[in-house]
Amino acid sequence: MNSKGASTSGGDGTRDSSAPRRNSKKPKYSKFTQQELPACKPILTPAWIITSFALVGLVFVPIGLASLSASEQVVEIVDRYDIDCIPEQFQKNQLAYIQNSETNKTCTRNLIVPKKMNSPVYVYYQLDNFYQNHRRYVKSRSDKQLRSTAYEQVTDSCKPEDKANGSAIVPCGLIAWSLFNDTYKFSLDSKVLEVNKKNIAWKSDQDHKFGSDVYPKNFQSGELIGGAKLNASIPLSEQEDLIVWMRTAALPTFRKLYGKIEVDLELNDKITVVIQNNYNTYGFGGKKKLVLSTTTWIGGKNDFLGVAYLTVGGMCLFLAICFVLLYVFKPRTLGDPSYLSWNRNAAGHPS
Amino acid sequence: MNQYFLLIACLQLWSLITPVNPASTWGPLIFIFAVSATKEAWDDYNRYLSDKQANEKEVWVVKEGIRKHIQAQDIRVGSIVWLRENDEVPCDLVLIGTSEPQGICYVETAALDGETDLKTRVIPSACIGLAPEQLHKIKGVIECPNPDKDIRRFDANMRLFPPFIDNDLCPLTINNTLLQSCYLRNTEWACGVAVYTGNETKLGMSRGVPEPKLTAVDAMIDKLTGAIFLFQIVVVIVLGFSGNIWKDTEARKQWYVKYPDEGPWYELLIIPLRFELLCSIMIPISIKVSLDLVKSLYAKFIDWDEEMYDNDTNTPSHAANTAISEDLGQVEYILTDKTGTLTENRMIFRRCCISGIVYGNESGDALKDVELLNAVAKNVPDVLRFLTVMTICNTVIPIRSNSGAISYKAQSQDEDALVNAAARLHMVLISKNGNTIGVNFNGSVIQYEILDVLEFTSDRKRMSVVVRDCQNEKILLLSKGADEAIFPCAYPGQQIRTFVDAVEQYAQLGLRTLCLGWRELKDDEYEEWSHMFKEASTALFDREWKLAEVCQRLEHDLEILGVTAIEDRLQDGVPETIETLRKAGINFWMLTGDKQNTAIQIALLCNFISSEPKGQLLFINGKSEDEVVRSLERVLLTMRITSSEPKDLAFVVDGWALEVILKQYREAFTELAILSRTAICCRVTPSQKAQLVELLKSCDYRTLAIGDGGNDVRMIQQADIGVGISGREGLQAARAADYSIGKFRFLKRLILVHGRYSYNRTAFLSQYSFYKSLVICFIQILFSLFSGVSGSSLFNSVSLMAYNVFYTSIPVLTSVLDKDLTEKTVMQHPQILFYCQAGRLLNPSTFAGWFGRSLYHALVVFLISIHAYAGEKCEMEELSMVALSGCIWLQAFVVTLEMNSFTILQHLAIWGNFVAFYVINCIVSTIPSAGMYTIMFRLCKQPSYWITMVLIAAVGMGPVLAIKYFRYTYRSSAINILQQAERSRGIIFSMGTLESQLKSVEKDVASLSITQPKNRNPVYEPLLLSDSPTPTRRSIGSSTFDFFQPAQSRLSTSYSRNCKNN
Repeated sequence: MNSKGASTSGGDGTRDSSAPRRNSKKPKYSKFTQQELPACKPILTPAWIITSFALVGLVFVPIGLASLSASEQVVEIVDRYDIDCIPEQFQKNQLAYIQNSETNKTCTRNLIVPKKMNSPVYVYYQLDNFYQNHRRYVKSRSDKQLRSTAYEQVTDSCKPEDKANGSAIVPCGLIAWSLFNDTYKFSLDSKVLEVNKKNIAWKSDQDHKFGSDVYPKNFQSGELIGGAKLNASIPLSEQEDLIVWMRTAALPTFRKLYGKIEVDLELNDKITVVIQNNYNTYGFGGKKKLVLSTTTWIGGKNDFLGVAYLTVGGMCLFLAICFVLLYVFKPRTLGDPSYLSWNRNAAGHPS
Repeated sequence: MNQYFLLIACLQLWSLITPVNPASTWGPLIFIFAVSATKEAWDDYNRYLSDKQANEKEVWVVKEGIRKHIQAQDIRVGSIVWLRENDEVPCDLVLIGTSEPQGICYVETAALDGETDLKTRVIPSACIGLAPEQLHKIKGVIECPNPDKDIRRFDANMRLFPPFIDNDLCPLTINNTLLQSCYLRNTEWACGVAVYTGNETKLGMSRGVPEPKLTAVDAMIDKLTGAIFLFQIVVVIVLGFSGNIWKDTEARKQWYVKYPDEGPWYELLIIPLRFELLCSIMIPISIKVSLDLVKSLYAKFIDWDEEMYDNDTNTPSHAANTAISEDLGQVEYILTDKTGTLTENRMIFRRCCISGIVYGNESGDALKDVELLNAVAKNVPDVLRFLTVMTICNTVIPIRSNSGAISYKAQSQDEDALVNAAARLHMVLISKNGNTIGVNFNGSVIQYEILDVLEFTSDRKRMSVVVRDCQNEKILLLSKGADEAIFPCAYPGQQIRTFVDAVEQYAQLGLRTLCLGWRELKDDEYEEWSHMFKEASTALFDREWKLAEVCQRLEHDLEILGVTAIEDRLQDGVPETIETLRKAGINFWMLTGDKQNTAIQIALLCNFISSEPKGQLLFINGKSEDEVVRSLERVLLTMRITSSEPKDLAFVVDGWALEVILKQYREAFTELAILSRTAICCRVTPSQKAQLVELLKSCDYRTLAIGDGGNDVRMIQQADIGVGISGREGLQAARAADYSIGKFRFLKRLILVHGRYSYNRTAFLSQYSFYKSLVICFIQILFSLFSGVSGSSLFNSVSLMAYNVFYTSIPVLTSVLDKDLTEKTVMQHPQILFYCQAGRLLNPSTFAGWFGRSLYHALVVFLISIHAYAGEKCEMEELSMVALSGCIWLQAFVVTLEMNSFTILQHLAIWGNFVAFYVINCIVSTIPSAGMYTIMFRLCKQPSYWITMVLIAAVGMGPVLAIKYFRYTYRSSAINILQQAERSRGIIFSMGTLESQLKSVEKDVASLSITQPKNRNPVYEPLLLSDSPTPTRRSIGSSTFDFFQPAQSRLSTSYSRNCKNN
C-alpha cells in the first residue's frame, strides 16, 4: 500500500518540478522536514550485547585490580584519641573536662609505623558525626567579607555568629567560629618531627577567596568561644588552617589536612604525638582521629573503587556468559513476524 | 502547574528556608513565562497590526448627504457605505444600490464560507431604480434581528421614508446583504447600509473561541504530575517530621550549629518548608516548555509533509491545532462524512430514467446513450421537459467569459452536473439576468421569467422554481428533490412504479438520485399563492418554517418526469485507507445525510463493511417508535450473541430512528455503540452527527471526526480531533477542524505516521522529564539523610538550574526525530498502532518503571560518589560536582538507550551536550567569585574522578541494558519484533522474496478493489502470507487480536473493555 502511495506521490512530484506551478503551496523538500534524515538504528542484537558486556567486564577487572593495588600501597595510620585523651577522673564527665579552660588538655600518643612511609606523609584530623553540611552551619559564612575588607560589614548570612559586642566579627559565621583547635606535635625518637603547615590549603582559595588584606577582628570575643583563635596580625589568606576548615565537608565523617611531614618514615618507627586536646566533640558523641597517610595516583586509602570495579567487572562477565548460554540453549530468531501476536492469532490460535 | 511553580518561587524568597539561591526557580520560571509571553505578545502584536490595518482602512461613507473618506473603524450602524469593484466589504451591509441596472452585484464569499463561486446579491425591491444621487439622501428604517452567526439567514425588513417611492414593508434576505470580508466582483460599485459592525457582524459572531482540547496524553501527564505531587507531599511531611525530631534530639547537642533554645512560632514549619523547596524540582519545570516546543514541531512536520500534499487542489496539509498531535495516535473511533470525504464530490451525470425508459444502463453513461441522443433529436416532449427542469430548476449562474465560452458557477455540485449534462444534450443555459433566464436549445433561444424560487432546505429536501414561459405565457412549477420528497407530491394515479424501481436500482449502484417533476399552474392559483409566499417571506419570526409551509401548498400534484442518477466517485485510496485503519484497530462510523442504500453501497465499495457472508448488516428502523425500539433490541441481542464470532457486524440506522433512540433509549444505544465496530447512520442532521460524537466520547473513546462540508462543522468541533477535508464544499469544515487535509487517504498517514510518532515521542519525553527531575531530587533527599535532615542542598543553584533547563532538556528534545519503526513498516503493520491506542507507552506502570529507574540511578550516583569521595576528599563543592556529572553521564546513556534511531542531530545533541557540560563547567570554574572556582579543573585532573564516572555509568546502565536486552529478545513486544525484522530484513528475507510477494499481493488486491469490489477479501496480511506456515485468511477485523503476552505488560482499561466486547 505504502509503496503505491509513495510512487504516485513521487510521480506527481516530478511532474510538478518539470512544470512548476505558480503559487504552489507544496511544502519545500528537505530531509529534515520530511523526517528523512539518515539515521542509524542500532538494535540490541545478542552479538552486540554480549560483546559489550564482555568488553566492559574485561576492561573493568584490570582497572579494579590497579585501583585496589594502588589503594593497598597507601600506608595509613589511624589513631582515635578522643576517649583516651581524657584523664580517668573525667571519663564520667567528659564535657566538664573539655569545657573547663583550667584543665590540662595535653595528651601523648605513640604510633608505630607499620610500613615504610614515603614523604610526603600527610597528617589529617578526622572528625566523625560532625555535620559540617548542616544547613544552619554550611550557610553561616560571608564569602564577601572573607574576600575583601570593603565588605567587612556584610555579615547578614553569618547569623547567629555575625556580631559580637556590637561590631562585626571577621571572619564571621558558625564555620569560622567553630574552627578546629586541637594541635599535634610529632617527634620521632625524641627528635622533633617537623610538620609543614604551609601549602595545606588550596592555592586558589588563598589567592581569590581569602583576602590578603583581611585581618581577623573581634574574633572569638563573644561570651561563648567556639574553637581556635586566630592571630590577628596574620591576614586571612595566610591562615591556612582556617581556609582548610572553611572548605566544608559534604559528609558527617571527614578528614582535613593538618600538615605534611616531609621525611620518610621507616618501618617500626615509633612516633610520639603530643596532642592538645581542645576541641569539643564530646558534646555530640563525635570521634576525633589522627591520621597519617601517604598517597598514590588514586589518592588516599580507599578500597571502594577497586572493589566496586572488580565486582562490576565480574558481574558483566557473568551476565555475558549468561546471555551466551541463553543464546545457545534458547535461540530465538530476531524479527520473526510469526511472533507477532496478530499473526499468531490469525494462524489459528483462538483468542 | 504554573501556580505551583509560582508558589514555590515565592517560598524561595524567604531566605530562612530556601536551600538554594532563589534564582534556581525564578530563572527557569521567568524564562518559561518569557518564552510563552513573547510568543503571545508576538501574536498579539501581529493581531494588533492587522486590526489596525483593518480599522484604518479608508472607506467611502455618505455623511450628511456628502460622500466622504473615513476610516473603517468610524463606520456606524446606519452609515451608507460605498464600495468599488474588488473592495473588501468592511461590515455587514444591506445592499441598496449597485452599478448594474438590474440591481444585482456579484460577491466572492470565499473568506466567509470558502465557496469560491461568485454569488449574486440583489438590491431589495424597494430600492430598485434609485439613482445614485438619490442614494445619498435615502432615509428609512431597517428592522433586523439581533446579531447572530448564521451566514445563510438574514430575516429583516426595510421601510423607506417618503419621498422615496412607497412605504411598504420590503422583506430582506441574505441575498440583499453584503457580509463582512466578502469581496465585490464584476460590479463597478455598490452601496449599502451598515447593519452590523465590529464584532457584531456575522463573521465576528461566528469567530467563537473554540474550547481548548486536552489530549489523553496531557490528561495522563496531569494525572502523573498529581501523583508526583502527592508523593512529594508525603516525602516532605516525613522528612520534615524527622527533621524536626533530629533537630530536637541531635542538633541541640551539636554545639557548633548553635540552635537557639527558643525559636519563633513558625519554627516547626521551617524544616518541612525547606524540604518542600528542595523537592519542588520533582515536578519538572522544563516539561511544559519542552512539550510545547515538540508539539509545535509535530504540527510543523504535518504542515511540511510532502506526502500529504494534494497536487490536484494545491493544498498542503495543515495542523491548525498544534497541541493535540498525540491524540491522533490514540484514535479509537473515526466518524466520517460520506460525500466529499470518502467520495470526490465531483458529480458526473451518469444515468437517467425518463417516463419509464432508462438510459445509460448499458454504457454506464447516459450522455453517450444513443437512444437518449435520438430522443433529444426527435424532440420527444417528455425528454424535453426533463431537460428543461434540469436546466432551469437550480441556482446556477452562467458566466460568459470573453471568449464566449460559458462556465457555470454553482453552489451545489449536483446542480452543476445536471446543467452541464443538459448542455451536452443541447439544452444550454446561456444567461441568467435578474429574473430572466435564457436557454439555448438546438440553436433557438427560449426565454423564461423566474417568478419565485422555492429554495432548498435540508428539511424540505427539494427545491422548486416557478417560471413563466415567455413564449406561451404559461406558468410552470419545476421541482427537483430527493425521491421521498418528490414522490408523495405526484398527482394521484400516476404510475411511479418505474421511477421507484429506478431509484432503487441507482441507489444500489451507489449513485445519487434526484427526481424531477413539474406542473402547469393556473394564473389565479399562482396569484393567490404568490401573495401568501410574499407574506411568509417577510416574516421576521419562523420565516423558514412559514416558507416551508407555503411551499408545501404549491408543490403537489406534480407530474414526475424522471430520475437522474449522478455518480460521485470514490476518492483515490479510500478503500485501502479504511482497510489499513481498521486493521489498526480503529472503528469506523459513517454519518451521512444521504440515503440508506447509497450509503450502504458506498460503504461496501470502500471496505467499510464486508458483504455477506463475512459481514452482516443489522438494520434499526421502523415506522413507529415501538418498532424502532424493538428493532434496536433485536440488533443489540444479535450483537451480543455474535460478538465472539469473527464476523463483521455493522448496524445501520437512519436519522429518524436515531432521533427516537437518542431521546429515549440512550443506554441501549450506548451499549450497541460499544459492541459495534462499524455503523452507518444515514439521513442524519448535523446536530445528530455531533450528538453521536458526544455519545462515543462519553464512553471514553477517542474520537476523530472527518468531514468536508458545513454540515460536518459541529461534529468536527465536538470530536476529540476534528479533521477537515479542504474540498469542494468550501473551507468551512477545514476552518473549524484541528487538521485539514486535501484527501481522505492522507488520514492514514496522519494517524499512523504522525499520530503514532507524536504519541511515542511525547510519551518518552514526558516520562524522561519526570525521570531526570526525580533523579536529582532523590539525590538531594539522600544527601539530606547525611546532613542531619536539615534540608541543605548538595548542588548549588546554578547547577540545579542548568541541569533542569539545559543539560537534560536539550538532548531529549531531539526525540522529535526519533522513529522506532520506519514509516513503511508501520503502514504494513498498522496493528502496531494498538500500542498507542491502549496507551501502552505512557501509563502508570511505564511511569513506575521510570520512577524506579530514577530511584535506582539516584542511589547509584549518590552512593558511589560518597564512597569514592570519602574522607579527605569529601569537600562539598567537589562532591556535588561529582554527583552532578554522574547524573549527566547517566542521562546521556539513558537518552541513547531509549532512542531508536540516531540522526546526526541526535548525536550532536546528546554528545554535544555532554561536551558542553564539561566546557561550561570549566568556564564557570575559571570565575573566581563563583562557588565552584577551580573545582572542575581539579576533578578533571584526578584519575579517580574519571574512574568514578565510568563506574557510575556502568553500574547505572548495566542492569537497565541487561533487562532491556532480555525483554527485547525473549519477551519482545510487537514493536521490538518489527524493529528486528526491519533492520535484519536483509538476512531473514533474503533475495527480496518478501518484497516481491508483497507487491504481487498488493497488485492483486488493488485490481480486485477496482473491478470486483464485492468479491474481495476484506483483509489481507502480506507478512502473514509470506511467513506463517498455514496462512488461514481470516478476518481479524472483528476478532480480537490477542496482544496479551502474559508476562509482558498491563493493558489499559479502555483496551480490555474493547477486547471483552469484541
